[in-house]
Amino acid sequence: MKKAKHWYDHLWIVTPIYLALGFFNILFAWLGMIFFCLPLFIAIFGGSKLYCNRYCDRGQFLSLLGGRLKLSANRPTPNWMRSKWFRYGFLVFFFAMFFQMLWVTYLVGSGAQNLSETVKLFWTFRLPWDWAYHGEAVAPWVAQFAFGFYSLMLTSNLIGWIVMALFKPRSWCVFCPMGTMTQLICKLRAPRGESVQTACSAQGCAGCAGCGKKEE
Amino acid sequence: MPSKRYARVDRDYCVACGCCVKVCPMDAIAVWHGVEARVDEARCVGCGRCAKECPAGAIELAERGIRQ
Repeated sequence: MKKAKHWYDHLWIVTPIYLALGFFNILFAWLGMIFFCLPLFIAIFGGSKLYCNRYCDRGQFLSLLGGRLKLSANRPTPNWMRSKWFRYGFLVFFFAMFFQMLWVTYLVGSGAQNLSETVKLFWTFRLPWDWAYHGEAVAPWVAQFAFGFYSLMLTSNLIGWIVMALFKPRSWCVFCPMGTMTQLICKLRAPRGESVQTACSAQGCAGCAGCGKKEE
Repeated sequence: MPSKRYARVDRDYCVACGCCVKVCPMDAIAVWHGVEARVDEARCVGCGRCAKECPAGAIELAERGIRQ
């Protein structure tokens, strides 16, 4: 049974467009704030992971590469990678790096540091990226944030592509910091006392432990 | 007649990404309040597509009626 396609099933195109725009003009990196803010807004005000489930361009792009283009080995995601320790650890690490990037932006804004026209891959390797900045009429901190944010986006995309090739197409989703954070928000917002699976009453106990009863 | 098997979600590992929802031919799975995927056991035919797709390895196929 083939499911009907919707407009949002084509959002994978956003990932290559975003990365290409940042290659030619780094200020387009600011558009990436949408990918940061939208899932948070949906989780905080809507109490759902609709962004991950439906609108995430990166997830769709990974599905396309690993699924339709068969670039994924389709091996199970390793246990350590799907453990809570790794997921929450990566969330903390990712946000530590994000705030460090904000700190550098502040230093450039205050004049304590010069603008660095580079993109830092894996938080370590500096790549020259000066062709993408033409000294536009924006404050240096605006450009610095763009370089920093693009570094973050490119690095996380690369990690996503690597785990896609090695494991399942959407293995990135397992430890995606935005996904982990929005799931945490949703857990806090989820209605209490409604945790019983609807199927239980129809077909007997499914052993989901949703009712709080331990599996025998 | 219900199928012998059905999909069961391990809530400790489910990341509520919704990959399973997209591939389910029976629309038997939904993400519950962004917390975890939940299977409507009555609709599930136990085809295993969701288990194959799940990046977190949180879905397995279980025999029906074992714990009733």
